[in-house]
Amino acid sequence: MIKVIYEKCTLCKVCIDVCPFDAIEIKDNKIFINEKCTLCGLCVKNCPEKALYKEEKKKEEIDTSKYQGIWFFAETKDGSISPVSYEMLSACLKIKEKLNQEISGVLFGENVSSLAPDLIKRGCDNVYVIKSEKLENFREQTFADAFSKLINKYKPNIVIAAATMIGRSFIPSVAAKIKTGLTADCTDIDIDEETGLLVQTRPTFGGNLMAKIICKYHRPQMATIRPKIFSPAEVIDGKDGNIIEENIEIEDDGNVEILGREKVENVVDLQEAEIIVSGGRGMKGPENFDIIKEFASLLGGAVGASRAAVDSGWIPYPHQVGQTGKTVKPKIYIACGISGAIQHLAGMQTSDFIIAINKDREAPIFKVANLGVVGDLFEVVPLVIKKIKQIKGG
Amino acid sequence: MKIIVCLKQVPESLDVRIDPETKRIVREGVKSIINPYDTYAIEEGIRLKERFGGEVISISMGPPQAEEALKEAIAMGVDDGVLLTDKKFAGSDTLATSYTLSCGIKKIGNFDIIICGRETLDGSTGQVGPEVAEFLNIPYVTYVSKIENISEDVMECIRLMEDHYEKVKVKLPVLITVVKEINEPRIPSLKGLLKAKKAEIKKLTAEQIGGDEKFFGQDGSPTRVVDVWTQELKKEGKVIEGEAEDLAEEIVKQLKEMGVV
Repeated sequence: MIKVIYEKCTLCKVCIDVCPFDAIEIKDNKIFINEKCTLCGLCVKNCPEKALYKEEKKKEEIDTSKYQGIWFFAETKDGSISPVSYEMLSACLKIKEKLNQEISGVLFGENVSSLAPDLIKRGCDNVYVIKSEKLENFREQTFADAFSKLINKYKPNIVIAAATMIGRSFIPSVAAKIKTGLTADCTDIDIDEETGLLVQTRPTFGGNLMAKIICKYHRPQMATIRPKIFSPAEVIDGKDGNIIEENIEIEDDGNVEILGREKVENVVDLQEAEIIVSGGRGMKGPENFDIIKEFASLLGGAVGASRAAVDSGWIPYPHQVGQTGKTVKPKIYIACGISGAIQHLAGMQTSDFIIAINKDREAPIFKVANLGVVGDLFEVVPLVIKKIKQIKGG
Repeated sequence: MKIIVCLKQVPESLDVRIDPETKRIVREGVKSIINPYDTYAIEEGIRLKERFGGEVISISMGPPQAEEALKEAIAMGVDDGVLLTDKKFAGSDTLATSYTLSCGIKKIGNFDIIICGRETLDGSTGQVGPEVAEFLNIPYVTYVSKIENISEDVMECIRLMEDHYEKVKVKLPVLITVVKEINEPRIPSLKGLLKAKKAEIKKLTAEQIGGDEKFFGQDGSPTRVVDVWTQELKKEGKVIEGEAEDLAEEIVKQLKEMGVV
């Protein structure tokens, strides 16, 4: 609870101004904190009179020393380890530098044993393998059941997973089963040197605010981490470790059955892509997306789109980048004919390098672009394609 | 068929800026709206009712003002609204929110389908849907882009994954989270607006929904925010103008420098 020391409060209203959640109002000439409060603490931080403080109820302390080890879920795809899993391992290695505990990877599937040595070579001390045909295809319930049973058995201190659609779908269920905290979509994790707690940093409020979150009294401390934040873990010479095949009884989930799969063309996983070429309203029609597709494929990249292009029906929804679509962070993001509405910027502005091509010099996309090109995309892009082809050809 | 739609009231504008004089965060615009992702959930609930009959009830947890959001849902075509509101719910993280919602949903009872938006605009965790399903001990499917059919106690739907769609058959009762591809939310009709105006939103307190109080609000929240700050995006970009040929050359030069061409 946020508490007010009324003797100190001068009703300056600074707290009301800074509260992002409209949780502070004046009632009977007094500051009043309402139910919208998320305990973010911005008011406490900003009160010039130090008239606000956070009150913590004493919690039952659990014996946190019983919980040891840094775990990550190693996602697989089409029989190999997903690149994003090496990024998770990399995040674990960062944590291990400050918290000297073993790193364990967790692999699910029918034929995943052969994938374990690679994880060890790159830094895992242990790899737990649950071999089961029930885990061959992703289903929320079976994955959550198996993972929570493994966690309950070994009691790790920290559990992380990628904030992919798979991670974001089943990890919350694991946290709810264990009744522990989970922080979504972290862009950084670290260890507080004084307390040894996992400090989880995540964007919130449409990316406009950053928050540091901890989980003090519950274990494991769980987080999903956005792809493309950590660089993939590399092979460490002579690294050794244990592979543990686990026999865990997984509840046969007859509730969910996968009937079929259909690939989405040209999406090649936007969140994994190193290069994304996106088209917006300036594309003028679906047929013109061929230029974007050609440009993207020349660079080995994926095709993205703005909401305007998707809503016009020019390209399917899985390509959409932005607030109601996907959040991406490629090495290079090339925006063609995208004006840069806030909702689009929220999904791509943390890309490493942004190239924007737009006719309108005043387009907001230029505010986030590293290289802004004021020009007609229908003239510029074909010329770029031609030049790249010449380079590649000769 | 009994359909429950979960929704959240969120601030319309998520814009924050730093006052250059005081260095403090200032937020502008205080209007509240239904979380945009939830409008797809509401629309799908209404469409299911139109296809299969039954009733649609929307539920929310929030301050008393959140009843406005539930009224908006009624204006769109939802039959009833339930607001879980109590000081004890303040400071809830996703786990406590999910627990509270699951208690409220149990109170409503006898549901076949629960529909949630894929995430909220302000928190964007996407965790509440799956956690609610877990607390209710029912199956769930995330990122649903189409409901193909519902017969007896089985739903067939299409769900979106990173680079493919999956056709999934799931037993009812089920919770689904939906993406915007699933439909286009309707604009409330005049009749709907009149109905919403007269509608009574049922308000339930912690005591009324039952459940274990130690799992509500701040007490029931394992996570704590310890710091919040604004993210400053400084891009030292350059903007070039000129002939298409030169512009194209500049782009290619840049791509070459970055080693991708």
